[in-house]
Amino acid sequence: MSNIDKPGKSTEREYGVGHKLVGKNYATPDLYAKVTGASKYAEDFRADGMLFCKLLLSPMPHARVKHIDASKALAMSGVRAILTADDLPAPADSITDNGTVIKASKWGERGLTMEPVYQGEPILALAAVDELTAADAIEKIQIDYERLPFVVDPLETLRPGSPNPRTDGNVWVRPAPPNPPSPQVAELKWTHADFADFSQGRLPMGKAPDQWSYGDIESGFKNAALVLDETFVTPNTSHQTLETRTAMAYWQNGKLFLHTGTQSTAQTLPAIGRWLNMDVSNIVFISEYTGGGFGSKVTGGVSMIIPALLAKKANAPVMMRISREEEGFIGRARPSFLGRMKVGFSSEGRIVALDMFVICDNGPYDAQGDAGSSGRIVSLLYQPQAMRWRGLTVLTNTPPRSAQSSPGGMQGITIIEPIIAKAARQLKLDQVAIRRINCPEGKAEFGPVMNGKRAHATSAFLKEALDRGAEKFHWQERVARTPKRIGSKVRGVGVALSCYVGGTIGFDGLFLIMPDGRLRFQSGIGNLGTESVMDVHRVGAEILGVPWEKCDVVWGNTAKNFPYTCASGGSQTTHAMTRAAYAAAMDGKSKLQQIAAKTLGGKPENYEVGGERVFRKGGGAGMTLAQAAQHAIKLGGIYDGHEVPADVNKVTKTSVAALAGQGLIAVAKDNYPRDGATHSYVAAFAEVEVDVETGNYQIIDFLAYADVGSVLHPDALGGQILGRSTLGIGHAIGQKWVIDPHYGIMVSKRFHHTKPPTIMDVPVDMQWEALDIPDPETPVGARGVGEPPVGGGCASILNALSDALGDEVFQRAPVNADTILTSLEAGRPMQRPLTQHI
Amino acid sequence: MPAFDLLQPSSVDDALKLLQQHGPDAWVMAGGLDSFDWLKDRIKRPKVVVDLSGIEQLRGVRPTSDGIEIGAMTTLTEVVNDPLIKKNYGLLAQGAELAASPQIRNQGTIGGNLTQDARCWYYRAGWPCYRAGGNICYADTPEGRNREHAILYADRCVAVNPSDSAPALIALDAKFVMRTPKGERVVDAEDYFIGPEIDITRLHILKPGDLLTSIRIPGTWAGAQFYFEKVRDRNVWDFPLLNVASAMMVSGGNIERMRIAVNGAAARPLRLKAVEDAVRGKPANAATGEMAGKLAVQGAIPLQFNAYKIPLMRNLVKRAIGGVQEATWAAS
Repeated sequence: MSNIDKPGKSTEREYGVGHKLVGKNYATPDLYAKVTGASKYAEDFRADGMLFCKLLLSPMPHARVKHIDASKALAMSGVRAILTADDLPAPADSITDNGTVIKASKWGERGLTMEPVYQGEPILALAAVDELTAADAIEKIQIDYERLPFVVDPLETLRPGSPNPRTDGNVWVRPAPPNPPSPQVAELKWTHADFADFSQGRLPMGKAPDQWSYGDIESGFKNAALVLDETFVTPNTSHQTLETRTAMAYWQNGKLFLHTGTQSTAQTLPAIGRWLNMDVSNIVFISEYTGGGFGSKVTGGVSMIIPALLAKKANAPVMMRISREEEGFIGRARPSFLGRMKVGFSSEGRIVALDMFVICDNGPYDAQGDAGSSGRIVSLLYQPQAMRWRGLTVLTNTPPRSAQSSPGGMQGITIIEPIIAKAARQLKLDQVAIRRINCPEGKAEFGPVMNGKRAHATSAFLKEALDRGAEKFHWQERVARTPKRIGSKVRGVGVALSCYVGGTIGFDGLFLIMPDGRLRFQSGIGNLGTESVMDVHRVGAEILGVPWEKCDVVWGNTAKNFPYTCASGGSQTTHAMTRAAYAAAMDGKSKLQQIAAKTLGGKPENYEVGGERVFRKGGGAGMTLAQAAQHAIKLGGIYDGHEVPADVNKVTKTSVAALAGQGLIAVAKDNYPRDGATHSYVAAFAEVEVDVETGNYQIIDFLAYADVGSVLHPDALGGQILGRSTLGIGHAIGQKWVIDPHYGIMVSKRFHHTKPPTIMDVPVDMQWEALDIPDPETPVGARGVGEPPVGGGCASILNALSDALGDEVFQRAPVNADTILTSLEAGRPMQRPLTQHI
Repeated sequence: MPAFDLLQPSSVDDALKLLQQHGPDAWVMAGGLDSFDWLKDRIKRPKVVVDLSGIEQLRGVRPTSDGIEIGAMTTLTEVVNDPLIKKNYGLLAQGAELAASPQIRNQGTIGGNLTQDARCWYYRAGWPCYRAGGNICYADTPEGRNREHAILYADRCVAVNPSDSAPALIALDAKFVMRTPKGERVVDAEDYFIGPEIDITRLHILKPGDLLTSIRIPGTWAGAQFYFEKVRDRNVWDFPLLNVASAMMVSGGNIERMRIAVNGAAARPLRLKAVEDAVRGKPANAATGEMAGKLAVQGAIPLQFNAYKIPLMRNLVKRAIGGVQEATWAAS
């Protein structure tokens, strides 16, 4: 039975003290539809005359399509059109908010290709009257391929004379300014001598294109009481969202209507515009519900243009249903890291020097930022006194990667945490104590020195979370408990620190006070399961003193006029959009005061807003919000949206123009200051029980104690903390993919091969709690939470395993019966850590 | 999924007639869990699917003069919940309950669980391997991914039998009842399963036109001391890395007789006769278990990634005899 302190469940701990809505639980407006199944995901939509499309996927990891013969397929009755890479528009350049033009990358992924660079890459798509006809027709298409050299192992492509995964090279390099800021593909080969360590199971460390450092690591190592040098490998894990990248599209009067799941409704529109080289005013994007993203659908996926273009070609709506196997190819994955760290500790356990080297298995397409962020996160989370980071982002002919919850952070934490655990054992220090001494605090600095100084966090209260978590988990009692082993069962406890970025700034908030007195929030956030699409607007309702029952949220369709909204990736939404909501609410409040003064006399500051009214301070004249909204329409100008603040984004201006005249329009840009970089933090605790005769183990207890600023919505927060902890735990206990390197072909296609964790694999009563201390650099105090728990989920389990089994059992994750049993038999790690895709 | 004609007979006789009529073009479908994988992957392309789900006589658990008879179309959930099975043949209930997931057990049948095909990921993806009629084993190569493959009795193919109920039924000395064009045929459970040396394309003796109709469990081992353990990567919805099932009659602390079987180690569930003989008359304790475990893995040959199966099988056999110490931890 669990012996984590209770109460402590979100329903029992009081959050949001002093607030009416912020920090309180409520039923989101989409809850009923989700529970009853009434919610419509992309696959649930139908349109008159809708065709179905199937994809033809590359059977080999790298090839050139020399000839396509589709005559037999096109001759079949019911087949309407095929689409190949030749039908794709040239990708458009993109323009940033400050007007900088980013040229479209020549190495970018386009959805269909004549040079597949991984097995499973779509080559063409075919539309037919039904899915069976489409699938039968796909089989009749004959393709003449020229096989090209391929490589699925990032180390292999660094060996002298080895093949390159792209014809131009094998690594992403970032040329120094003033060269183009976007990374370029180049060829990099190490020497035979560089590989000397490989046969010892240690990661070879040849030339790395990216590196930074601060402090003097050499003298740090010289003076260290203990120096450990360890290799560790993290798994490639597909995102495995329950909703695949199914998409449906049709055209009406030159406008494209497109349905698919996304993490970010408003921000997906410009992505579609870029991919299709189209003006966004001719695109309506509908995405009311999304079955999970975890970074794989920040702005949907490029594959969504396939039904759009097929629908145009066939002049009929097209549904593209993506199977689980197809999702395994095109649905994105977290890149594996091959990592090596040399860490110097003082006798008290302080990290005095850290030399970090990582190879990111990038897959064939866009350069992932995981390698870079791993260094920054590790430097923030453990505050090494001196540090060097070196990284390579290596291309392979394996499925494309993308950010996955805590990209780079999760891998970096997973590599260093077992080393810290080992150091604590060797230095005879408590595991909590060694983390406490290295823990970031306040405006902690991190990363390299840039322009004479290092970046710093907005705040960090992780030490407090660690202390409170240790208390709640009864850490000391668990550590002291004897015996550790009964029969074949051994128990172990683990703790890990975790953090990730938690917020951006500068977006717009927009809502209306309607003439009936209700508030209508325009939410451009994606409904990806986190509830931030609704949650952030509670801030506005609270500031205006309107009960939530009198608020409506409009979301999920870009024709509904959304403000400039952050992309929901990198855990930025709660932070970014509560700021925007706060700004809009302040604008709404100010406009109410102005309307009252204009109508009832006096100065705006003589009025206050509350109880669904604006009224003179100390009693007297006032009006309802409904009346104020009616006045706003009469007044026009800034009050009902006929004039727009100059500093809001053009997206917001367009939306306000469309909404003008419907009520009092509250609209503003988040101009609140922020000095640091926003991060959130988690201290994770786990206990495991390992059966050393079977290699099987169970997670007995798990607790995540979070420092995420002010709590916005406890139930949703708990869902994120435990859900993302479980995502991390999956990396420790089994999730992976398996590729046969001789053929370059994925053999793991089903859930029972890739083994994402099930609800049965985590404790029934996993626990979480949050500090609920506001971040000082944001008005609502709330930071993001999606990513910060992931590394802690994984590393706390690994640390508990090494506490139970010793340090000589595993050098890679996931850890399963095979690793445990063979290593225990041999008394040393037996699974070669540097063999990829096993 | 390619189109096929769906035939839904309501009696075993009709099913057999349909199978006769369509010969090799017909595919027999029980719960559909294995079948739909093959069909949706467009690898198996039968012209006709004979769906057994409408044959009432193939469902349910019946007492017999000497034990019970389980219709082949009885779902795994029904097997798990059957009071007679729970009371006398708990070993089978344990094994069946550890198969797959609750949803799959609600649809999957005992006959299907026993007759399902190998799950080797190369074979199931349609690679032209020995088992698929080709002349190579992709899993048994220097770089082949074979963590879940065989350590014993491999012959060209290294796939394993994935059933969780099969070893339990072997340990219970069950008889499998089949209807063939020549009439009824009854075989011992362990003889239902075959390795690649007999037929590399099948895991069992059913030929086209044959049906497994029921499983008879004699009273011989009713209420014996049972042990079932399955080791898998996930706690639900996973095939066994290995499993073990045993039935033991113990008198005065000594093993009078025992039946024990292991699955996941070879292309067929292995009845460990040498172990059964070696432990007869010995005390049912850890020392006997140790001896039996070592005996069980004699001759095992690991592949590149599955050496762990040797200590795992050794330990599972040991535990089947010597038991597992329950760990009761002090509260902290």
